[in-house]
Amino acid sequence: MLSQDNNDTIAAISTPIGEGGIGIVRISGDKSLDILSKMFVPSNPVLMSGIKSHDDLKIDMERKSRVLTHGKICDDKGNLIDEVLVTYMKPPTTYTGEATVEINCHGGIVPLRKILETALFLGARLADRGEFTKRAFLNGKLDLAQAEAVMDLISAKTDDSYHAAVNQLQGHLSDYIRDVRLDFVDILVQIAVNIDYPDEDIEEVIYSELLSELNKILDSLADLSETAERGRILREGLRIAIVGKPNVGKSSLMNALLYEDRAIVTDIPGTTRDTIEEALDIRGIPVVITDTAGIRQTEDVVEKIGVEKSKNSIMSSDLIFLILDGGRIIDDEDIEIYQYIKNKNHIILINKADLPKKNTDKEAVREKFGEKSYFIAAKSKEGIKTVENLIEDFVNSKSSNMIFRERLTVTNVRHKVLIDNAISSVKDAIAATDMNQPLEIIEIDVNQAYEFLGEIIGETSTGDIIDKVFERFCLGK
Amino acid sequence: MEKIREEKLNKENSRYEMGSFDVIVVGAGHAGCEAALASARMGLKTCLFSMNLEAIAMMPCNPSIGGTGKGHLVREIDALGGEMGINIDKSFIQSRMLNTSKGPAVHSLRAQADKELYHREMKKTLEKEKNLYLKQAEVVELILEDSKVKGVITQTNAAYYSATTVLCTGTFLRGKIFIGSSSYFSGPNGLAPSMKLADNLKELGVSLRRFKTGTPARCLASSLEYNDMHEQKGDAEIVPFSFMNDCLNKDQISCWLTYTNEKTHEIIRNNFHRSALFGGEIEGIGARYCPSIEDKVNRFPDRQRHQTFIEPEGLDTDEMYIQGMSSSLPEDVQHEFYRTIPGLRHLVITRPAYAIEYDCIDPLELSPSLEHMKLENLFCAGQFNGSSGYEEAAAQGLIAGINAALHVKGENPLILKRNDAYIGVLIDDLVTKGTNEPYRIMTSRAEYRLVLRQDNADSRLTEMGYKVGLVSEERYRKFKRKEENVKKEIERLENTRVKPEIANKIMADTGNSPVSQGISLADMMKRPSITYDFLRQIDINRPHLTGHEKNQVEVSIKYKGYIDKQLAQIERFKKMENKKLNPNMDYSQIQGLRIEATQKLNAIKPISIGQASRISGVSPADINVLVIWLSKQRRIKNGK
Repeated sequence: MLSQDNNDTIAAISTPIGEGGIGIVRISGDKSLDILSKMFVPSNPVLMSGIKSHDDLKIDMERKSRVLTHGKICDDKGNLIDEVLVTYMKPPTTYTGEATVEINCHGGIVPLRKILETALFLGARLADRGEFTKRAFLNGKLDLAQAEAVMDLISAKTDDSYHAAVNQLQGHLSDYIRDVRLDFVDILVQIAVNIDYPDEDIEEVIYSELLSELNKILDSLADLSETAERGRILREGLRIAIVGKPNVGKSSLMNALLYEDRAIVTDIPGTTRDTIEEALDIRGIPVVITDTAGIRQTEDVVEKIGVEKSKNSIMSSDLIFLILDGGRIIDDEDIEIYQYIKNKNHIILINKADLPKKNTDKEAVREKFGEKSYFIAAKSKEGIKTVENLIEDFVNSKSSNMIFRERLTVTNVRHKVLIDNAISSVKDAIAATDMNQPLEIIEIDVNQAYEFLGEIIGETSTGDIIDKVFERFCLGK
Repeated sequence: MEKIREEKLNKENSRYEMGSFDVIVVGAGHAGCEAALASARMGLKTCLFSMNLEAIAMMPCNPSIGGTGKGHLVREIDALGGEMGINIDKSFIQSRMLNTSKGPAVHSLRAQADKELYHREMKKTLEKEKNLYLKQAEVVELILEDSKVKGVITQTNAAYYSATTVLCTGTFLRGKIFIGSSSYFSGPNGLAPSMKLADNLKELGVSLRRFKTGTPARCLASSLEYNDMHEQKGDAEIVPFSFMNDCLNKDQISCWLTYTNEKTHEIIRNNFHRSALFGGEIEGIGARYCPSIEDKVNRFPDRQRHQTFIEPEGLDTDEMYIQGMSSSLPEDVQHEFYRTIPGLRHLVITRPAYAIEYDCIDPLELSPSLEHMKLENLFCAGQFNGSSGYEEAAAQGLIAGINAALHVKGENPLILKRNDAYIGVLIDDLVTKGTNEPYRIMTSRAEYRLVLRQDNADSRLTEMGYKVGLVSEERYRKFKRKEENVKKEIERLENTRVKPEIANKIMADTGNSPVSQGISLADMMKRPSITYDFLRQIDINRPHLTGHEKNQVEVSIKYKGYIDKQLAQIERFKKMENKKLNPNMDYSQIQGLRIEATQKLNAIKPISIGQASRISGVSPADINVLVIWLSKQRRIKNGK
């Protein structure tokens, strides 16, 4: 808790909780404008005409530092939360000395909480009490007398209700972590009582059981960590690359997807003409699709640049669609492309399914690549629903069903880091158990993992283990 | 009113002076003995008071020293130049290393003591100590001038002056014994209680509270049936407590294990209403880890049996201690239920089990040096601070004695950190977190268990003990020799390479996978089941090491990876400990702290940000405020 990061972007409700006329959510840090641009839709139609992307909006807002702008805040699924006035303030002439956004919304807990929730979802971290002021101080914006005066204004009472609101917000995650921590407590209590009361009439820890308990915990944590991946996709968009040899219908597929969803946000031309990126929304999932050029070996200098570009976008994508031409037989070029992408998440599509005679069918794909494939006819938009289903299934497979149903998503980077730290400690504990290391050695890693999780929910005391020892076991001198 | 004033005046007039000392220690139990010896050995004129000199280093409860966590404390006391380890080495009648099935960090030494011998040996040591004056007298008052303690007054109205005073009153302070429905003021073991001092402390503004503990019955060894119990022998190879003793040999006496049964529990259940515990007469708070047998039966109704060890109280007595079976049930019920236990069917009780309640302070009123924050020059130790156990008492006594002496000398106190010693964990817990029950050390309370081992207590502490002037030249030389031997041997093991054909024979014998290249002896020792001793067969010309040295070599090599991991954690921990706070700071001057945090910080007066962060009721946000405040202080200092 003490090793708090002073460089990330923080957000908090800055007005007292309660029914008031207006309320303010404040965001401070490098990413504050970025976060705002992803949740804010300005209402001025003149202004809107020139703005097609988050980036355009960012550039526009950046120009208008300290100007009040009217518009709407929407949540991550595009649902309207509230009508608002927002102000962006350029660093360093702000309260904290960092880029700062203030969102004036209607008072009352619901809009305030939803706006804060969305900001956190988009990558902000919840500010600790007094943290804006702390940053102001650390950035040399305040002398301490001023900092103290401001801190004093934050009364203990506000603090409590503020945290109550926040706790609700993070309730799902906290509940999940608490459950996992209870499993840790069971193990730690067993170890503690075994070590501290060797002469008592108590069952020894059985290593095989310990191993299965640790593995169970590892699974729960891995599930949780994966939701962070899903959180990133929801925040930054799922990166899809469309690959295939020339003229198999890559652009047609792209256009079909765009047309189908009528949600073109922007055209972003690639730095070379060979790569086209499109951002769109498929069933609530933000997607960035790249139409790649070929990846063949070439001597042509210009083409070489294009190949590099394509390879890069393949490497950075989450999912790849490999398109084959149903009218042609699978050739060396198809195979070369397949070899290049086969170790990444990919789906094989056979285009031109509407042709009467098919030279490549599902059988042929299975024979060559040993994989399942899907028919589409990009031009006539046949099979586009299937492609959308595939995208949706892919995103959902990124998180276990249970967690997904609970809509539990780790979006906070700090949380993600702590969860991954805990996972690595549990793995160490499993390795130590496997090697038959003594209990107190295993305990080091188990306890470390327990502490990491405790940091997420703000509980790090070890006193509870000792309490449980005496609650559960009959011990006496 | 008139009468009281007159009495007071008479008393003052009849007061006489009996000299002045550097350090006065009140109470000669395990805390008091260590405190007095420490200050005397540090060259200060010390006076040790006991209400009864036959009660010096008395063991009114279990006849044993050590155990998990506690054994570590004894080693640490010894490493700092304390007496408990040496004294138990002189007087034990059985020795066992506990937890040997687990790793070295939690190996814990435990010895059965001959109680009488333990007392006699300690009394002898005190009597022989230069600078130390033993006095049989009851201290009834502290002499207080301007919130400074200047000495003590005894029952006979004698005044003894001193620069510092150490209070180690144990369970004597307003002690009250409970057996069934009867209760009476008494110290432990039939000794007189100390009533007046409790009243005086209250008058001086010390807040006192009531804690409770208990002890089981004692019985005659000749009345037991040994065929019905399991014998528990001592270890074949005895490991001494003190680093001063390399090896010890002695005939050992056995303990005996037996169990309660349903019949026992039925009798206890039928008589719950007659127990002082359930009758509501006892107001003191007892420890969860030291429950009476009726408490165990009540709280764990599903347990079919509870175990008990029957332990000898000494060589020159027939009395035995019935471990794990303390009780405040009436004597007739005790008689009945003890006799349902196999081996105890014809038992003859010599002393009944009893519960005892006593006054103690809230240790949050102490600074980490164990000096009382309201009464200057007053140091406190042992059960008086809310702890439990001989070893916990001795550990605090030692530190209180050292710090009382350093205070007189005008030097900085010795404060052990949580990463230095179990003693550090114990004292930090008491003065930072406080306790709601008699506090017992457990290895689970230590964050850095792997570093705080019993085998390396001297490496951690002897240098510190030497610096404050407590560790003798003899011990220090021995310690330096050991350090040198251990270091050299580790280096030798790391640099001695073994050919694969020789190494692989050992690997095969221990079920380890073979190597293809040469391997160092040290790397071989990192494999499971390959011990230092086991390697002797291929390492014949190794130097001769003592048991203590061997142990440390083995652990340092075998667990190096894990130890390094913990050392890295300690480095992070120390960063917060090294951000110092002024213990005289008034936290109400710092704006931005929550009210609860301000109150707690003002009450506890932490010496570092690290300590402050362990106080319950001080949140991470409050710590932030403190960190900001500290950096402001720095800015002001730098003139900016």
